[in-house]
Amino acid sequence: MSNIKIKIENLYKIFGPDAKGLTSAVKDGLDKDELLAKHNHVLGLDNINIDIEEQSIQVIMGLSGSGKSTLIRHINRLIEPTEGVVMVDNQDVTKLNKSELLEFRRNRTGMVFQRFGLFPHQNIVDNVQLGLSIKGVDKSESNETAMFWIDKVGLNGFEYKFPNQLSGGMQQRVGLARALANDPDILLMDEAFSALDPLIRSDMQDQLLELQKNLKKTIVFITHDLDEALKLGDRIAILNGGKLVQDGKPEDILLSPADEYVTNFVKDVNRTKVLKIKTIMKDSIQSGSDYPKVAMDSNIESCLPLFLDGESVLNVTDDEKNIVGSISREEVANILKRY
Amino acid sequence: MNFTEFFTSFPEMSKSGLRTFKKTVDGAYRQFSREYGDSIEAVFDPVLFFLIWFEKLLQNSPWIIVIIVFLALIYFGSRSIYLTVGSFFAFIFIGYFGMWEDTMSTVSIIGVCTFLSIGFGIPIGILMSGSDRARASISPILDIMQTMPSFVYLIPVVMLLGIGKIPGLLAVVIYAIPPIIRLTDLGIREVDKEVLEAAEAFGANRSQKLFRVQLPLALPTIFAGINQTIMMALAMVVIASMIGVKGLGQPVLKAIANQYFTMGLLNGLAIVVLAIIFDRVSQSFGKRLQQHRLGSHE
Repeated sequence: MSNIKIKIENLYKIFGPDAKGLTSAVKDGLDKDELLAKHNHVLGLDNINIDIEEQSIQVIMGLSGSGKSTLIRHINRLIEPTEGVVMVDNQDVTKLNKSELLEFRRNRTGMVFQRFGLFPHQNIVDNVQLGLSIKGVDKSESNETAMFWIDKVGLNGFEYKFPNQLSGGMQQRVGLARALANDPDILLMDEAFSALDPLIRSDMQDQLLELQKNLKKTIVFITHDLDEALKLGDRIAILNGGKLVQDGKPEDILLSPADEYVTNFVKDVNRTKVLKIKTIMKDSIQSGSDYPKVAMDSNIESCLPLFLDGESVLNVTDDEKNIVGSISREEVANILKRY
Repeated sequence: MNFTEFFTSFPEMSKSGLRTFKKTVDGAYRQFSREYGDSIEAVFDPVLFFLIWFEKLLQNSPWIIVIIVFLALIYFGSRSIYLTVGSFFAFIFIGYFGMWEDTMSTVSIIGVCTFLSIGFGIPIGILMSGSDRARASISPILDIMQTMPSFVYLIPVVMLLGIGKIPGLLAVVIYAIPPIIRLTDLGIREVDKEVLEAAEAFGANRSQKLFRVQLPLALPTIFAGINQTIMMALAMVVIASMIGVKGLGQPVLKAIANQYFTMGLLNGLAIVVLAIIFDRVSQSFGKRLQQHRLGSHE
């Protein structure tokens, strides 16, 4: 289960004519602002190391200009790295030649874009089978696959419409279907839901999680929205100024932010809503089973009413209602204190 | 003394020096055209053959059939009944005042020039859009082609190929091709970056990107270029007639020389009528193309 699918090692990206020459200066500690002021080059990525597990959702987060879009484009090499290694299944993407790279993009990765990137001159079916037709898959076969995915994302009846006739949310469903129709094992989503309004966005997040239960793709998801990151991410990596400042599970990010930047990021999050009970429960089972029970997968907020009613300890149960641990009033109070 | 003269009159090269310069250049070019004129002319033979065939076809077919075919094309292109009816009366006017043959000559040369301009202009435009270096070197050439008085570049063309259809054709194409090159370049460069990136992310190679994304999305802009090219070709008809291109330009030229006001006016009006028909048809065709792409109707 914990196979590493994508391994990014010592990745540097500098934008400008003398990128190679300036790498060593960056390695010696020149930061983004200094590089721009002294050499008029832009530091995109500064020594990025991330391991992305197979079948997991890795969120990459940061403010605009932090390098997250640059980073995701290194995985399918839409951007050439200045230095470093991007291993996908133990194969170095940065070393592929032109035709190997095309093959890699055609078969291994699918990408979803912030502003959808649909072909305005083609209808939905043709848009969805883009990847297949580029590969040269037989038309009737690719048509069938496209119809299957259009159905899967809930766009029946819109097959022969054009993108401009669809709402933003529907257009992004087309974008998602287009990426999935190719059956890639890696799904790259570049701020895929950022252009959508909040309700639709939440809908799409649910749909993605639902699809992922069966598909089990390796998903790299870029966002600047922490709530989205916490909802989707198995792991969250936070970038600042091209540097990776923290990479960890959502609760690690929330409970022990690595620096001030991350602290600022997470300070407005409602922890009781986001944190699951299982992340703070104690393994020790309290004897005396008349304590009220709460499910380990529900959020902390759900046990607040019980504590307010005067309970001091709650038993935590797993999916089969077995008691697996406990949670005390003090522990919850501790979490809340950090606001 | 010498000092003030330096400021009052421009220090130009000596008269004899200038004379030798002109003579040398002219002589060298004359030498060149004597040696290579025939073989260069031979290159254009297929074009000449096609041009003559097309002209004869238009002139020798029964006029009723030609009008019916034209009206069908106009209706198919514009889907406008008003334009079609208007064009019908325009053709009647042209024929009734004895300008039918000249008009057919003009239509044939405009047709061939447009065809050539598209055939060369679009690939050059694609080349330009693909590299900034190509654009930087082609752009100034296009500027020269559009601003150099056409009489000036007619001189070497006539020296090389003599008087006739081909030099006229070249003059028209040189004058009319820049808009289609420029607008092809512009259209491709304006294609949404994210759409292009999407094609790239799915593994599209160069030609897949060009034919599936760039050209289809640039088509309305390219069509605006074709429209401009036709208009400029029509504007060149009179000037091209000075070097022996048959058509509506020749009577205009005759009318200027002899002060035949009515003759000039009638033939001028015929050119205007052709221009309006070409313009309206190509514009509404281009617009329809765009509407379909935007998917605003089923």
